[in-house]
Amino acid sequence: MSDPLIEIRGLRKVYRVGKVDVAALRGVDLDVAAGEFLAIVGPSGSGKSTLFHIIGGLTPATEGSVRIGGQDISSLSDAGRTQLRRDKVGFVFQKFNLLPNLTAADNIAIARYIAGRDRNADPGFAEALKLLGISERLDHKPAALSGGEQQRVALARAIVNHPAILLADEPTGNLDSENTVAVLDVMRDLNRRLGQTILMITHNPEAAAFAHRTVRMRDGRIVG
Amino acid sequence: MTVKLVIENLKHKPMRSLLSMFLIAVPVTLILCLVGLSRGMLADSARRARGSGADIIVRPPGSSLLTLSGAPIPEKMVDFLGRQPHVAQALGMITHPVTSATFVMGIDLNTFNGMSGGFKYLEGGPFQDPNDLIVDEYYARQNKLHAGRYVTDILNHRWRVAGVVEGGKLSHLIVPIRTLQDLAGYTGKISLIYVKADKAGDIPVVMAELKALLPEYNIYTMEEFTSLLTVENVQGGALSTFINVMVGIGVVIGFAVVLLSMYMAVLQRTREIGILKALGASRWFILKVILAEAVIMGLGGTIVGIGLSFAARALILALYPASLTQAITPDWWPIAGAISLVGVLLGALYPGLSAAAQDPIEALAYE
Repeated sequence: MSDPLIEIRGLRKVYRVGKVDVAALRGVDLDVAAGEFLAIVGPSGSGKSTLFHIIGGLTPATEGSVRIGGQDISSLSDAGRTQLRRDKVGFVFQKFNLLPNLTAADNIAIARYIAGRDRNADPGFAEALKLLGISERLDHKPAALSGGEQQRVALARAIVNHPAILLADEPTGNLDSENTVAVLDVMRDLNRRLGQTILMITHNPEAAAFAHRTVRMRDGRIVG
Repeated sequence: MTVKLVIENLKHKPMRSLLSMFLIAVPVTLILCLVGLSRGMLADSARRARGSGADIIVRPPGSSLLTLSGAPIPEKMVDFLGRQPHVAQALGMITHPVTSATFVMGIDLNTFNGMSGGFKYLEGGPFQDPNDLIVDEYYARQNKLHAGRYVTDILNHRWRVAGVVEGGKLSHLIVPIRTLQDLAGYTGKISLIYVKADKAGDIPVVMAELKALLPEYNIYTMEEFTSLLTVENVQGGALSTFINVMVGIGVVIGFAVVLLSMYMAVLQRTREIGILKALGASRWFILKVILAEAVIMGLGGTIVGIGLSFAARALILALYPASLTQAITPDWWPIAGAISLVGVLLGALYPGLSAAAQDPIEALAYE
């Protein structure tokens, strides 16, 4: 593998719950190449989401290093992690997490606005919108969209600023089988046609099969 | 985009937004009504004093600007002043409270007619009998009175309404001076004296004469007297202080309303705040959205409050035209707006800062 886009070494995360320390990650080493579609599977409590949150800059690591494109993000301040989320990472969540008061178009536009870009996305994004198949639904608010449509809008929002990494946390967890396949197809297309690096958490082996590679986690470690 | 997000947030919970604006409007209305009533009542007093047609007012020693208690001036002083050089006329007047906001005035109608040109009668005419009463149009409307009717609720005396006159001169209720002096127990006494000079150019000379003759008395030209009728001068600045207290209460109410409203809004939008943070929104961005929402509610509340002050004025005019006079005070609109903005910004600060400091993971997990 050439230089990995994501390089994780000895990553540990300990949460303080009341007076008890809970180790969520117990020394994770992982490399992810640029353009790779990686699935991460494992039981609940295995540390998948914590790993995502650290890579995505939502929480700091307790120990170890995480390098994205050569930049060590494990020592970033809160403001630095905010900048990371704005510029390098796009999130897709199981519960879609669209802003309910805004239309689909505005949900996408606000991601550009927060990143300091103008409202109109670049031509490359138009192709992504075609792949997502939501061009006709952009004027609707989330409540008027199906689950599959909401998740595709969330995908559009996640990639509108061309992030280095797309982090998808159980993206099909709330979808029926038809929409599951549709969303996974779109993610695979984004990866193949646009070279989008994707890390996807899933419990679903069929979903994991869409990825190039699958890693398994258990008890805060990668086990295979 | 921030404005759009803020507007959509406000539209998302329209009842909460409207209720908050209404509650913010309440202190704005209170302040505007209080200032409007103060100024309106003072302007009304000045207009009525000017309506006497006098050039100079002689008030008893130690009297306040707005109110006169009793009738301490001997009536014979009226003739004495009327005989002074350059004095065309002197009119003695007695005033007595009927309610906290209404006074009945006793005058000699012929002298008043000579000094001011007299009343303009809308119904009936001048006094025909010592127990006659003249009311102005506002009092007549408020109490549904017409010429020829009898009233008994003024000093427990039976009065016949001799005439209804155009408002703006002396008082809402005018009776013959002798009758009022006897009823109020001030026979031979008066409350103040209006003096008219031979011509306008003589006013300074007459003023100097009167001040030399009556050094203990408060003597003003009409111009001086009406210019002194300001909020700042009433009761040694007490009204001004009262208005300042109301302004403070306005800030506190605006603060409390917005604090509760925005605190609830932040709780309800915890997940949305998490979403914005996941998208890379800074603490300042989150704070800005909350503050902008509060500012819009503050401005909306100010506009509603201004509208309600017009409604209050219309209500007063309809129900109590003779008791209260409320002026519309556009110069206080920006002040009231600033007061509510200070309140809402202070109120939005804590919810805004707590929203900005939220942990994105916890916020995203919020159900």
